[in-house]
Amino acid sequence: MLELANLGVFAVVAVGFAAVALMIAWIVRPEVAEEGKLTPYECGMPAQGSTEIRTHIRFYTFALFFVLFDVETLYLYPWAVQARSAGLPGLAAIGIFVGMLFLGLLYAWKKGALEWE
Amino acid sequence: MAELATPPPPPTPAPAPAPKPPANVMPPEKAVPAGIRKVFAKHTEGTLLPNRLWPTDVWPNPWKSASYRRGALVLSALILAGTGAAFFLREIGVPLAALRETLHRFAEANLPQVPSWAAEAVWILAKALVVLHIILFNGLFLVWWERKISAHMQSRLGPIFTGKWHGVLQTAADGIKLLLKEDAAPKEKDSWLHSLAPALVFVPVLICFTPVPWGRDLEAANLDAGVLYIFAWAGLSVLGIVLAGWASANKYSLLGGLRSAAQFVSYELPRSFSLVPLIAIAGSLSLTKIAGYQEGYWFGFFPKWFLFYPVVGQISFVIFLIASVAETNRTPFDIAEAESELVGGFHTEYSGMKFSIFFLTEYAYVLLASCLLTTFFMGGGAAPLPFLSVLPSWFWFLGKTLFFMFCFLWFRWTFPRFKIDRLLDFNWKFLLPWSFVNIVLALPYIYLWKL
Repeated sequence: MLELANLGVFAVVAVGFAAVALMIAWIVRPEVAEEGKLTPYECGMPAQGSTEIRTHIRFYTFALFFVLFDVETLYLYPWAVQARSAGLPGLAAIGIFVGMLFLGLLYAWKKGALEWE
Repeated sequence: MAELATPPPPPTPAPAPAPKPPANVMPPEKAVPAGIRKVFAKHTEGTLLPNRLWPTDVWPNPWKSASYRRGALVLSALILAGTGAAFFLREIGVPLAALRETLHRFAEANLPQVPSWAAEAVWILAKALVVLHIILFNGLFLVWWERKISAHMQSRLGPIFTGKWHGVLQTAADGIKLLLKEDAAPKEKDSWLHSLAPALVFVPVLICFTPVPWGRDLEAANLDAGVLYIFAWAGLSVLGIVLAGWASANKYSLLGGLRSAAQFVSYELPRSFSLVPLIAIAGSLSLTKIAGYQEGYWFGFFPKWFLFYPVVGQISFVIFLIASVAETNRTPFDIAEAESELVGGFHTEYSGMKFSIFFLTEYAYVLLASCLLTTFFMGGGAAPLPFLSVLPSWFWFLGKTLFFMFCFLWFRWTFPRFKIDRLLDFNWKFLLPWSFVNIVLALPYIYLWKL
């Protein structure tokens, strides 16, 4: 319980610092309105079109892989903590689990899902 | 008129002064030992490069300058003074625990009307403020240090005037300047998200420092799931970066934010997998316990750090180090803000305080990564040799952390930037498979030999 109290207080201090820093800057900084300052800075050329553009599908693929393997981490860590007491049955279970995901990685690799085209 | 008509006598050409050799010319034969010169000559033959390591006729020998010698003297004096102070201060975890007891007893005796948890709340608040100030001071120091190191690696001077001594106050002056800077951003920006993003990047980093053991009995909280806790919170920062890219109404920002997300989530995987052997060997997720497990010496003198576990320790270390550099968005993995491709990446449209919060966070993550490397691979506050434990654990922790921070700055000025396809290939086709193999290699250490 005491550890969670730490988390709460640290979060409050962090949010407080960010808020106070941004607020002080908001109060003291000058505002000199000028048309040129309010345009996007894209190499000095006038910006063309909006930013709501289609992005590459690859970003989505990598995000999907990430979710897969990050969940695997979540299962691996508890096994690692109890690795010695779980003994060989535990090792076999986690071996099958990790092995299947590793085969999945190899399959994705072979299929070319890891290529950045 | 006659006087004017006579031409003035032609000026006699002054004899050209003979080129004077610089005062401290050292013939190359003397400057560099013969063996090294021979090897060096093989690579420089037929090129424009000088046939010696340090061309003393072009650049003077720095060790002959009083400024260099004075600098070396001041640095040695500082290190000596720090060591001496550490020797006399001893472990500060013990007096701090006593201070906490005193606070509790004071509250019980003198303030009966306040609830009993108030004293503890004040104590935790003090801890959080101390950690916050460590982060702020680290930002001030590290930016200056990075500028000095990069300057000296490129034969420049770096900041030199502000604050008299080698420009130590340069970052403080920059900070004041940034506070007073106008907030110039496109008018199409999403105002609310644009301001929220820096806060969202900063908040997790302070929370991440909760379980870091700065020395023996010197952590803010000994969390049982410390490793998981740090990775979970650090993962939130990427949201802020994507949000900054999205809210800026700038295509380069958007690309920078998305690339950063792809890189961040990819490198998070080998980073967490590389720690599985360590967690299994130490049998705990608590940073304090992991650091404590590595105390002690093999054969009475060789430190039992995880870095020195044959094969497994080194593979883990290399994977974790590379992934840590990638997670901090620094060169060679800085495609998120690649200056030469994306203007400034996700923070192109940020200025003033919002920008400086991004900057502060980047350096706070460098500190966090160095602390984690120290804790996981170098035994935290454990002394490298048994007799050196006369110096307190926080001194060793600080020394090792500074060493890793130097490595981070060193990498930046040594390696060129990756392309995004190479970067992701390197992660998915090299680091990730090897981190799986590493877990298999660690099995004997878990089940057979308890080192």
